[in-house]
Amino acid sequence: MSERGISHAVTVEVNGEKVSRIVAARQLLVHFIRDTLGLTGTHIGCDTGNCGACSVIVNGKLVKSCMILAPQVDGATIETVEGLADGGSLSPLQEAFHRYHALQCGYCTPGMLMSATYLLRQNPHPTDQEIRRGIRGNICRCTGYVNIVKAIRAASQEQLSGSRPEPTAVSEEV
Amino acid sequence: MTITSAPVTGTSTKTWSGRSIPRKEDGRLVQGQGAFVDDGGMHGQGHAWFVRSPYAHARIVSIDCEPALAMEGVYTVLTGEEAKAMCQAPFFAIAPPPGSLMQEWPLAVGKVRYQGDAVAVVLADSRETARDAAERVIVEYEPLTPVIDPVAAADPAAPLLYEDAGTNVAWHGLFDYGDVDWALENADYVVKLDRLHFHRFTSSPLECNGAVVHFDRGTGVVNVLSNYQMPMFAAMVVGPTIGVPMNKFNFVSKDIGGAFGIKIGFYPQIAALALLSKKAGRPAKWTEYRTEHMLTAGHGNERTFLDVEVPVMADGTILGFKVRAFDDAGAYLHYEPLGAVIWSQVVPGCYKLKHVRVDYTEVVSNKCPVVPNRGYSRMQHLWLVERIVDVVAHELNLDPVDVRKRNYVQPEDYPYETPNGCIYDSGDLPRSLDIALELAHVDEWRQRQRELGTGSGRRIGIGIGSTLDSGTNNFGQSRIINPELPFSGNGEAAFVKLDLFGEINVNLGTTPQGQGHETTAAQVVADILGVTPEDVNVTTGFNQANNAYVGFSGTYASQFAVSGLGAAMGAARKLRHQIVKLAAFALQADEEEIELEGGMARVRGSEERSIPFIGLSNMVYTNNAGLPASLLEECDLNARYVYVPPFEVPDSVAKTGNLTLTYASQVHVCVIEVDEETGEVKVLEYAAVDDCGNRINPLVVQGQVHGATGLGIAASLYESLDYDESGQLQQPSFYEYHVGTAMDIPHVECGDIESPSPFTPNGAKGMGEGGGAPLHAVCAAIQDALGSGGPVVSDSHNHWARVYDLLHRAPAAPRGVEVVRRTTGSDSDVASL
Repeated sequence: MSERGISHAVTVEVNGEKVSRIVAARQLLVHFIRDTLGLTGTHIGCDTGNCGACSVIVNGKLVKSCMILAPQVDGATIETVEGLADGGSLSPLQEAFHRYHALQCGYCTPGMLMSATYLLRQNPHPTDQEIRRGIRGNICRCTGYVNIVKAIRAASQEQLSGSRPEPTAVSEEV
Repeated sequence: MTITSAPVTGTSTKTWSGRSIPRKEDGRLVQGQGAFVDDGGMHGQGHAWFVRSPYAHARIVSIDCEPALAMEGVYTVLTGEEAKAMCQAPFFAIAPPPGSLMQEWPLAVGKVRYQGDAVAVVLADSRETARDAAERVIVEYEPLTPVIDPVAAADPAAPLLYEDAGTNVAWHGLFDYGDVDWALENADYVVKLDRLHFHRFTSSPLECNGAVVHFDRGTGVVNVLSNYQMPMFAAMVVGPTIGVPMNKFNFVSKDIGGAFGIKIGFYPQIAALALLSKKAGRPAKWTEYRTEHMLTAGHGNERTFLDVEVPVMADGTILGFKVRAFDDAGAYLHYEPLGAVIWSQVVPGCYKLKHVRVDYTEVVSNKCPVVPNRGYSRMQHLWLVERIVDVVAHELNLDPVDVRKRNYVQPEDYPYETPNGCIYDSGDLPRSLDIALELAHVDEWRQRQRELGTGSGRRIGIGIGSTLDSGTNNFGQSRIINPELPFSGNGEAAFVKLDLFGEINVNLGTTPQGQGHETTAAQVVADILGVTPEDVNVTTGFNQANNAYVGFSGTYASQFAVSGLGAAMGAARKLRHQIVKLAAFALQADEEEIELEGGMARVRGSEERSIPFIGLSNMVYTNNAGLPASLLEECDLNARYVYVPPFEVPDSVAKTGNLTLTYASQVHVCVIEVDEETGEVKVLEYAAVDDCGNRINPLVVQGQVHGATGLGIAASLYESLDYDESGQLQQPSFYEYHVGTAMDIPHVECGDIESPSPFTPNGAKGMGEGGGAPLHAVCAAIQDALGSGGPVVSDSHNHWARVYDLLHRAPAAPRGVEVVRRTTGSDSDVASL
C-alpha cells in the first residue's frame, strides 16, 4: 500500500510494547491502531466523534481515536482493549460485562470497556447516574444500556469489596 | 490407534435449555478478538469508494473518469452504464407491474433518484486514494423536481421517478375483512382521525455495512466476505443479475456488529463490488462510513394513515377500523413491496377487532430506499392500532386500561384466528398488562399526577403500549403482493456432527448479530446429546461452504428460537440416533438401553459397559474395517436437518392465510414527565413485560427486550430522518441524528410470563424485534399528559418542539379527531369536536 503526501515518524508505547512506524500525516489514530498496528479490537462506528467505539486511553486520558491524528500522539502511551486482560484473566469489567450480559453484538464493547475503565479510575465507586454520564459518549444499539450500567456497578462494587460474586448465582437471577 | 482421552468432559445433570447461562461468544468480544468484516481482507485487495449523487433527482448528463484514473494508485473506475453492460438483467422484482418496471441496476443508470445514489465506484490501492479519486470523478447532472411527500407522489400529475412505469405507485391493494361498513352503521360511536404519521428512522447498527468481494477468474467463484444478514437472499437476487449461479457463490460472515434488518439492504453494493472486482482482477474491499450509511444503507418504512374511522360501542368495544395507508418505499424497491403485506400478520393488533379495511398504497419517492428495520412493517401498523385504542379511550372518557382489557384477545381464546386467517398461538395479555402496571408503580404515579395539578409547569403522563412480535414468516404471503412469485413456507438448516476425535460441532444457517446463537444452540444440543454447552462448538457466523443453509437462511424476522433452534435440535436428534445405534452395536446392547451422559454412551444400569464419543468417531472415521456396511451407511456421524414450519399457501385473492407461526407479545408501561415550558419529555419509569413462550436462555431474551425498548424510546423521542423539499437528508450523521445515549434511555424494569407455543418444536416463540412497543407507550403517555380535550398525538416521533406544539395549541385549533354519536334509526350527530 502506498501513501502519498507528507509522512511522519511515530513512536508510541501500546499496551506496554514500544512501536515505531512511518505514517501519512493525514492518518487518524484509529486507522493507525487498526490498520498499521493490526489491533482491530478498536472499532469505528461513526466519523464525527459521537459513537465512542474507537475510545482508547492516551497518556491516561480517554480519547476518541477517530478525532485525533496519529502523528499527534508521537511519544504517547496508549491503552487499547487488547491490553485490558491481565495475562490469561479478564479484567473485573470484562468479567462483569460477560456475567451481566452487557454486550450483544460486541461492536461497541471495546470502546465501552475503555470508557468504563477510565471512569472507574477517576471515580472508583460511581452512582448509577455517574455511570450513565461516564458512558454517554459511547453508543450501544443492542442493550439499551441497562445491563452495561449493571455490569459497571458490579465491577465497581467488586473493587470495593475485593471479591467477586459467584457467576452462576448472579446470572440465574434473571 | 490408542484412545487416550475423550475431548468431551462435562457431565449433564440437568437440562441446559431454560437457564440463564452467560454467553459463549463473550470471551472474544470483550477482549477485542471479534472478527468483524472490516477487520479482515484478502491478499491483493483494492479499496472501493462509491461516487454518490448530491441531488435527490437528476439526469446524469456525463461522467468523466479520466481525472480519477490519472491518479497514482487508482486501479479502475466502474460507472453505471458499464456495470449494466456487464449484467444480464436488472435485479429481480418482487412486485408485479407497475412496480416491476421500476428497475434497479448495481449502479444508477441514466438518472439518480435520491441523495446518495451511487453513479460509479472507484478501486484504488488505499482507502484514502480511493476517496480522493472519487472526488475527481466528474459527474454532470441535470437536476429534476424531487418527489418527497408520499401522498403527493401518488398523484398522477406528480413528477415520475421511473418514466417506464408511468406512475410512482409501486403497489396498491385493498385488504377488506369482515364488514366494516356494517360496523360503522351499527356502532354507538364512530371515532374519526384525519391523519396519523409513522416517521422515518433507522435502528442504525453501530457497525456499518461492509464487504470484501473477489470475483475469482480462475474458478468463476464469487467470494463474498460480508456482514450481510440474509446471505442466500442476496445470492438469489444478485446471481441472475451478474450472471453467477448459486454454486459459484461463497458467502461468508463472521461477527456482525448489529444489523436490525438494515443489513438486508446492501445487495446492490455487493453486486457492484463483484463487477468491480471482475473488471480490476483483484478483490474489492468496501467499508461503508457513517454518513454513507445514514444516506444510503436504508431507512425504516415511513407510513401515513389517512381518514381513519373507528366503530365503537358505548361500553368501549371496538368493532374494527378503516383507513387509507400510504407507505413510502423511497427510491428503489429493495425488499419492497413486501412491507405492503408483512403488516397484515397483525391486522387486529392485540385486539379482537373483526371488521378491518385497509386501502394500502406503496409509493416510490426521492428518498433513501427503505429496508426492513427492527419491527419491520408490523410496528407501523401496530402503532396505528394502538393509537386507535388509546384515542378511543380518551375521547369516550373511558379508562385506557379497561378499554385494552375489554378488547384484548383473551387467554381462553387461543389459538385465535384473526379476520385474515392468521393464528395467534398463545398468550395472556391481561396478565401481562397487570404485571407491567405494577412494575411501573402506576397507582402511585396516578396519585402524583393528581397531586401535581395545574400551575406547576409540569405534567405527568402514563401510557400503555401493547404489541406483538410475529415471528417465522410464511413467505407465501409474498404471493398476496404478486401471485406469480415462486415462494411459500420457510425453513432453516443446521449441521451437527461428531468430529474425528468425538468433538461436537454445530454449523448454523444463521447470521447472528448479538442474539447469542452460539450459546442457545449449544444449550439445546447439549440437552439432546447429554453434554454441557461448553462441550458443543458452534461455528461463528455463516459459511456457504458448510452447506447449512436453505433459501431463506439468515437472521431476521424474530425466528431463530423456532427455525434456527428447530434445525439444531432436529440435527442433534438425528446424530443422537446414530450415536445410539453405533453404541448399541459396540456394546452389544439394545438401542433402548443406551443413554448418553457426559460424552459417553452407556448401557443403562451397568456403568462399566460404555464407550466415549471418541470411540464412536474412531469406529466411523478411522477404524471401520469389518463393520457392517449397513451400519456405516446409516451412521456417518454427520447430521443435517432442515426445520420446516407447517404452512399452507395463503389465498392471494382474499388476502388470507396463516402468515407467521408465532406471536410473542409485549406490554409496556411508560411514565413520563412533560415540561410545559420546553416540551421536553423525561421518562420517569418504564416497565416491559415479555411473553415469548418457553425461553431457552432468559438472560438473552431479556437482553433483546432491553435492546428493542431502548431503540424504540430513542425513535419516539430523539431519532428521526427528515428530508427538506429539495430531497436533502437533514440528519446524515450521528452529529445530527441524535442516537439515544445512556443519558437518554432510562432503566427498564422487566417482567415476563411464558405461554408456550403449541406450534413450535420447543414451545418457544421467535422474539427480538419487539413490535415497537415504546413508540406506542410514549405516544399514549404524551396523550395522557395532554389530558381531556387535548389534541391527538398523531405522529410517532415526539421531539420537544412537537410536544411543545401539542401543549400550546390554541383551544380553537383542530384536534385531529371527531367523535360521531349514532342513535339507532336516526341521523347521527357530532358529540364532540
